[in-house]
Amino acid sequence: MRVEIDVQRRLGQTDIDVQFAGQSGVTALFGPSGAGKSSVINMIAGLLRPKRGRIVVDDRILFDSARRINVPAHKRRVGYVFQESRLFPHMSVRRNLLYGQRFSAPERRYTQLDRVADLLGIAALLQRRPHMLSGGERQRVAIGRALLASPSLLLMDEPLASLDAARKNEILPYIERLRDELALPVIYVSHQFDEVKRLADMLVMMADGRCIAAGTVNQILARPDLAPLTGHAQTGCVIDTRIARHDERFALTWLRCAAGELAVPRVERPVGASLRVHVHADDVVIALDRPTGLSTQNMLPATIVSIDEGHGHHHALELDAAGITLVAHVTRKAAHDLSLDVGSQVHALFKSLAIDDEPPHADTDATCHETGIELS
Amino acid sequence: MPHWLQLTPIEIQAIRLSLQVALLSLAINLPLAIGMGWVLARLSFPGKSLVNGLVYLPLVLPPVVTGYLLLLTLGTQGPVGAWLKDTFGIVVAFRWTGAAIAAAVVSFPLAVGAIRLSIESIDRRIEDAARTLGANRLRVFVTVTLPLAVPGILAGSILAFARALGEFGATITFVSNIRGQTQTLPLAIYSLTQVPGKEDAALRLLVISVILSLGALLASELFNRRIRKRVYGHAR
Repeated sequence: MRVEIDVQRRLGQTDIDVQFAGQSGVTALFGPSGAGKSSVINMIAGLLRPKRGRIVVDDRILFDSARRINVPAHKRRVGYVFQESRLFPHMSVRRNLLYGQRFSAPERRYTQLDRVADLLGIAALLQRRPHMLSGGERQRVAIGRALLASPSLLLMDEPLASLDAARKNEILPYIERLRDELALPVIYVSHQFDEVKRLADMLVMMADGRCIAAGTVNQILARPDLAPLTGHAQTGCVIDTRIARHDERFALTWLRCAAGELAVPRVERPVGASLRVHVHADDVVIALDRPTGLSTQNMLPATIVSIDEGHGHHHALELDAAGITLVAHVTRKAAHDLSLDVGSQVHALFKSLAIDDEPPHADTDATCHETGIELS
Repeated sequence: MPHWLQLTPIEIQAIRLSLQVALLSLAINLPLAIGMGWVLARLSFPGKSLVNGLVYLPLVLPPVVTGYLLLLTLGTQGPVGAWLKDTFGIVVAFRWTGAAIAAAVVSFPLAVGAIRLSIESIDRRIEDAARTLGANRLRVFVTVTLPLAVPGILAGSILAFARALGEFGATITFVSNIRGQTQTLPLAIYSLTQVPGKEDAALRLLVISVILSLGALLASELFNRRIRKRVYGHAR
């Protein structure tokens, strides 16, 4: 699965000129409002025509100005989840979900109603009308509706932007599940770095209609020059993990990643669920030998890949822990005293790990229906 | 039943003819008005102002002029009328079908206006969503635009129906005032007012006219509320 995007068009005051490539997994288009992110995915969906460029999804050319190819929107097989769900108000949830399925060739369908309803937790809503759903439910139905058309690429335009924090956390795990369970490339537009950091495999940063940086979340987080854009003053990295087990006695949850196990305060998610952990570079301590007698117990063996000496009193280290990229800040003196060098085998200790996860608010929907409050 | 409640055969004939004419005119009107409403609401093309003007012309023309124009074109001597007669043996002049055509032309702008407004008020982004789900333009229209425009189509239909029921000037000019053929309620009332001593009979037809028109309006309001309640969960 490969997605190639190269589009140019002038819209209002913004000259959009963007090139990037995406793969399976989530490619995030990240940037401030007005950067042209939505316009780019409207061009991919066929709702907006680029002046010049080329759009290829999975070896299918959807647009090529040089070859005068412009596949109409309804033939692109590109799913689209909009910021404001855009459900059909005159249809039940079930009919909304099945709307796109009848237009897709049976042999190309890769999912069915039951599976999608289960994946998104909307099986109980099928008979309802969109106006009877909460904002979070509406968005889940919109995701399901896009999936049931069996798209070869899924576009999500700030799908959480109109929701409050509790409802965002209600939906994020579902998006993680579809990322993990369906081998479907997703292009996810957001101006919230927290969402992007949690979901994205690849990150394309946009400003003023241009792509200004692209890379993995770790590559972006490791670059101090991008910190003002991500809103993360400190550089850092993320570690993809799965929940290994819950420890009732100490109220901990153990997470497994390629390099070992990490313990975090109890997370209310099932064993096997994927979870992304964020570590600030300042919270990583480097030890030459595996230390004992420390209160810090989260540590992973790692190899130093590079040392960036250009940061005043500290060095920025890039480490590799069984394929996971970590970044650490150490003082120049410490680097000297420990004779740290590229290739050194060390242990990375984590003073703190941040998890972008709140306890799920499963009961909030029921409550708001009983009191009849409209949350849209 | 008191005898004043009983309708005379002439009254029954006029009511039946009026309903027949109004329903046929609506049947002619509706598909064209929906198509034209969509074109005016969703497309932009050179000459749109002219098309728009032509659609609304019957609304501002004196009905007598409309009727006379119809007579000139669709009358047995007119170009279209002569062709229809020679080719298909169809004659509409001085027939009830002609009355329905006159009523359709005069009420067309009302139907188009209401339908166009309701299509314009539909969120185009919902139609875009349908396109990304694989629906082509026609399917988007049939499955999304049309159902969401039903309240407007209904309002337009009632307006056009009521206007057709009351059509007088174009009808009398185009198809004359023939009892049992083209004498609809307004024409019957007009005829009665021309005869001394028939004021009571005219008044009876007048009451019937009011009841028919009011009934149509109430029925549309009721239907409209039910649709809105089903779609949006509240009547307003």
